[in-house]
Amino acid sequence: MRVVLAEDLFLLRDGLVRMLEAYDFEILAAVESGPELTRALAELEPDVAVVDVRLPPSHTDEGLQCALAARRARPGLPVLVLSQHVEQLYARELLADGNGGIGYLLKDRVFDADQFIDAVRRVAAGGTAMDPQVISQLLSRRARDKPIGGLTPREREVMELVAQGRSNAAIAAQLVVTERAVAKHTSNIFAKLDLPVSDDDNRRVLAVLAYLDHGR
Amino acid sequence: MDSSTKRPGPLVSAGRGLMLSVVSLAGSITLFVLSVLSLVFIVLGFGVFTTPAVLTMVRAHANQRRLLAARWSGVRIPVPYRPFPADARTGVTGRVERCSLMLKDPATWRDLQWLLVDMTAGFITALLSCALLLYAVEGFVLAAGLWRVFTDDRYWYAFVPVDSQATGLAAAGLGAVLFGLGVRYNADLLRGHFLLAKALLAPGTDQEMALRIERLTESRHDAVDTSAAELRRIERDLHDGAQARLVAVGMDLGTVEALIEKDPAKAKALIGKARQSSAEALTELRDLVRGIHPPVLAERGLGDAVKALALRLPVEIEVQVELTGRAPAPVESAAYFAVSEALTNVVKHAGADRAWIDVSHTGGMLRIAVTDNGGGGAVIGTGSGLSGLERRLGTFDGVLAVSSPAGGPTMVTMEIPCELS
Repeated sequence: MRVVLAEDLFLLRDGLVRMLEAYDFEILAAVESGPELTRALAELEPDVAVVDVRLPPSHTDEGLQCALAARRARPGLPVLVLSQHVEQLYARELLADGNGGIGYLLKDRVFDADQFIDAVRRVAAGGTAMDPQVISQLLSRRARDKPIGGLTPREREVMELVAQGRSNAAIAAQLVVTERAVAKHTSNIFAKLDLPVSDDDNRRVLAVLAYLDHGR
Repeated sequence: MDSSTKRPGPLVSAGRGLMLSVVSLAGSITLFVLSVLSLVFIVLGFGVFTTPAVLTMVRAHANQRRLLAARWSGVRIPVPYRPFPADARTGVTGRVERCSLMLKDPATWRDLQWLLVDMTAGFITALLSCALLLYAVEGFVLAAGLWRVFTDDRYWYAFVPVDSQATGLAAAGLGAVLFGLGVRYNADLLRGHFLLAKALLAPGTDQEMALRIERLTESRHDAVDTSAAELRRIERDLHDGAQARLVAVGMDLGTVEALIEKDPAKAKALIGKARQSSAEALTELRDLVRGIHPPVLAERGLGDAVKALALRLPVEIEVQVELTGRAPAPVESAAYFAVSEALTNVVKHAGADRAWIDVSHTGGMLRIAVTDNGGGGAVIGTGSGLSGLERRLGTFDGVLAVSSPAGGPTMVTMEIPCELS
């Protein structure tokens, strides 16, 4: 699997390159600034891009903007965004086009190599990987409010895991239920959130988006 | 002229002029004489006790004129007197202190100058606005028949010698002109009287500077205090948090090094613990950074930072942002933390379940309004979060206004002068 990596801190970039190579990823380019990233994404056609939100030269959300621009040019280009902090605001912007292939994780998540690599693969395959913190921020707000779209507590639990980008099998394993039960929950959720019938992956992305939007 | 003040009728102006002329002459002369006497008596000793009393009367007299100026002609004259210290002493020493404070205040001396001008030029402008009409009436009365009294001994009506019906009519003609002038201009004469007072009673440039320097000194003290307190908090957080955790990580790794061959299972467990500690250190650092300068603020500016903040709070908040550029970084930061504090109040005290934030920039002012549907009753006072907010904004010459009737809603408005880039 071919990866473009953008991270301005040398130690982290180096560490990520070594980790990804250890898991048999091919690093097409490991860049350290926004313009370089834009060029690499346009020319190299990677399977997935791993991008730090804050990049030079502006040291603002340049990485995020480059990734969004590249996705406008090439819809569905898988991008995993890494950051020192996660914000629902950014999560929503990343998911807004509804095309999937989006990951948004705290940098801390690279501590757990297996889970991190799993997230990269999921994003490359067109799925989502939302940081649990984005979801927990939402849940702490939700605690006082009425449940969105009339989801039952169990459905909310499932929704939280769907939002993180877990597969039905992974959710079933975590909640100790059968995959069929999870599938039933997810289709209930999709119905309650008024999502159009389409392929399952896309609906999962839309569900996350709807979930985030309900947080407003 | 203040647009809310209606131009008074000529008769009203004349009446006011008459009253003012009496006050100017009698009041100002009396007070001036008393002041001078009292100042002279300071040399004899007991002037120290009479002077504050007399000067207080002078100030009341001047304030009365300020009030009338605003009410009758829309002329606003600021009050420049220095405040007395809150911890002023009582008894004889207090009296002496009070006296010397008043004498050191340049406004006192300007008041005395004004008394002199008021009893002369001030008196004349006030009297003219009334006299023009009265004198005109005299002209008419002369023409109507009063001239007969003066057939032998001619009477000078202004520059007209009145001794016959013809000259009497001439006097009436002049009277009509004067009457016209009075009707047309006596409101302006009155206004002139107040402008004259303003020239002497309004604080001079020096005084304005002094007042401004006082404010700046105060806000600088606040700013230094606040940032010192912030630094102490950051130091403590780092010391007890991330720093301690990193020490633990280092210790664990040292133990791992010793154990890795003897007891691999225990070493593995320790590595897990070290990773846990480093994750916790990161979380603490992240929270700390958010408190120093929120990352979204650095990346996106005020508008999105406020939106991101609103998304984190357990209250439904609508955010409206109309900014064409970014404010200077220090202003952005101050504004962000001001909003953050206002929202903390909303969540903690207001008992609100909805809030609205409005951010805009007009006329060189960054304006932020935070409104909630809670119980109201918020006041800017000692110890409240709002006075802290006021101090925070004060550093940037910003102002805070709170409207919070009992029962709500509460609206906190902040304004900071700045340019967008």
